[in-house]
Amino acid sequence: MRLVTTNLTFKEVKPQITKLVDTLFKTVPAGVGSKGFVKVNKQQFIEIMDSGVKWCVDNGYGWQDDLKKCEGYGKIDWADHSQVSEKAISRGINQLGTLGSGNHYLEVQLVKASNIIDEKTAKVFGINTPDQIVVMVHCGSRGFGHQIASDYLKVFDETMKKYNITVNDRELSCAPFLSEEGQKYYKAMACAANMAFANRQVILHRIRQGFEKIFNKKAEDMEMNLIYDVAHNIAKVEKHKVDGKMKELVVHRKGSTRAFPPGHKELPTIYQKTGQPVIIGGSMETGSYLLTGTEKAMDETFGTTAHGSGRTMSRTQAKKQVRGDKLQKEMQERGIYVKAASMSGLAEEAGLAYKDINEVVNSLDKAGISKPVCSFKPIGNIKG
Amino acid sequence: MKYKILEHTADIMFEVYGKSLNKLFTNAAIATFDVMVKRSSINPKIKKEINLENKDIEKLLFEFIEELIYLKDAEYLVFKSFKVKIKRSNLKAIVEGEKINSKKHKLLLDVKAITLHKYRLSKTKDGYKATILLDI
Repeated sequence: MRLVTTNLTFKEVKPQITKLVDTLFKTVPAGVGSKGFVKVNKQQFIEIMDSGVKWCVDNGYGWQDDLKKCEGYGKIDWADHSQVSEKAISRGINQLGTLGSGNHYLEVQLVKASNIIDEKTAKVFGINTPDQIVVMVHCGSRGFGHQIASDYLKVFDETMKKYNITVNDRELSCAPFLSEEGQKYYKAMACAANMAFANRQVILHRIRQGFEKIFNKKAEDMEMNLIYDVAHNIAKVEKHKVDGKMKELVVHRKGSTRAFPPGHKELPTIYQKTGQPVIIGGSMETGSYLLTGTEKAMDETFGTTAHGSGRTMSRTQAKKQVRGDKLQKEMQERGIYVKAASMSGLAEEAGLAYKDINEVVNSLDKAGISKPVCSFKPIGNIKG
Repeated sequence: MKYKILEHTADIMFEVYGKSLNKLFTNAAIATFDVMVKRSSINPKIKKEINLENKDIEKLLFEFIEELIYLKDAEYLVFKSFKVKIKRSNLKAIVEGEKINSKKHKLLLDVKAITLHKYRLSKTKDGYKATILLDI
């Protein structure tokens, strides 16, 4: 998940929203079988697996400043491409610069002054203009990460017998962390995370180019700065307090996100006072939130919070209740211009299939595991 | 009935049926590609042969679907038809389809992987059935 600012206002962007979304829809491939716009050879893909966002910035797909605005500086250090199969590489090599499908999206959003809850923190994050426009991107490592998972599911099937491990759900197949198999997977998984960071980074590059084309200004002049980029599926070794003592743990965040508090040493200097920006995606109809990590999250949830509003309805149910083309029209009437690679895919992502984002954020706030800064309303959306 | 879609909040789950193992595997492949594309929009221009081996028949089906998903991403292929022959632990499949063309094919939802969650292949009175959950 990634969030980018602009210094453009709703008044400036609204008349161009159709053109802007159409341009981004063309330049950021989405949906089944889309080819990535960054063509890389195997050696380059190896570098991406090992270095994530750094490769992108070194190769002209980003700014130096983007690096420090990513979880772990956009690079998982323990990634080791030699633990990734050829099959996974051949699946991932063509997918750098693709949005994907399902619940993945690229959204142009508006921050109304009335939706800013914590003005001081919002300013630090670069949200300081009335009716400001931001861009949010949700996507990951695409088929690449899944191939790595599939490869290691097979390996772990044997490992579990070796170590006499049984699980209730075979998809939760596992290995002791310090076993040879466990360590190999840990290094391969980091390659998937790096590819996901890189994928979102090259997409950011395309977003900046798209805005430059439509608004005839430089991305730097439009202050298209990254607020933050966080992973949604990752396991990491971190230090946390357990029964009053600091311990090294493997924290597995699946369908959740990191939410480190102010003063955490892994945060860049500019976010030392605010805490980590936490981006929570809602449905394409209702909007999203920006929050910050808290000390309480550190104490109670190993520095973790929710990553999105979450579905309440199956895709088949949603399709029974909503038609994609009709929804697209209705959304446009409500001021949200949406382009989708698939109309049935659009229907499946209808707002009614999701929980109320306000309630989700309220409960996070009440639980104290993240603090709301502001909310965003969608005005343009690209669905895979 | 070849397959039945089951309710699942986030992903796609279905139950697939077959009088024989050959039919079960074919129908599982059909169900998987029906999630991704309207198969009627595909012409059978490219033929691929898939050979797999696994003594565990449940794992063999898993590997077959996994291979098809892999070919979709690595070679940009969508398939219209599947002919599967299983002899003991060997699978030989001839699958036909073409390169993905977003202008021509009616593309739906991308499938990232077949998962082991709730995954099961079992014998029934009339043949076989399998429960499959696809991560999308």
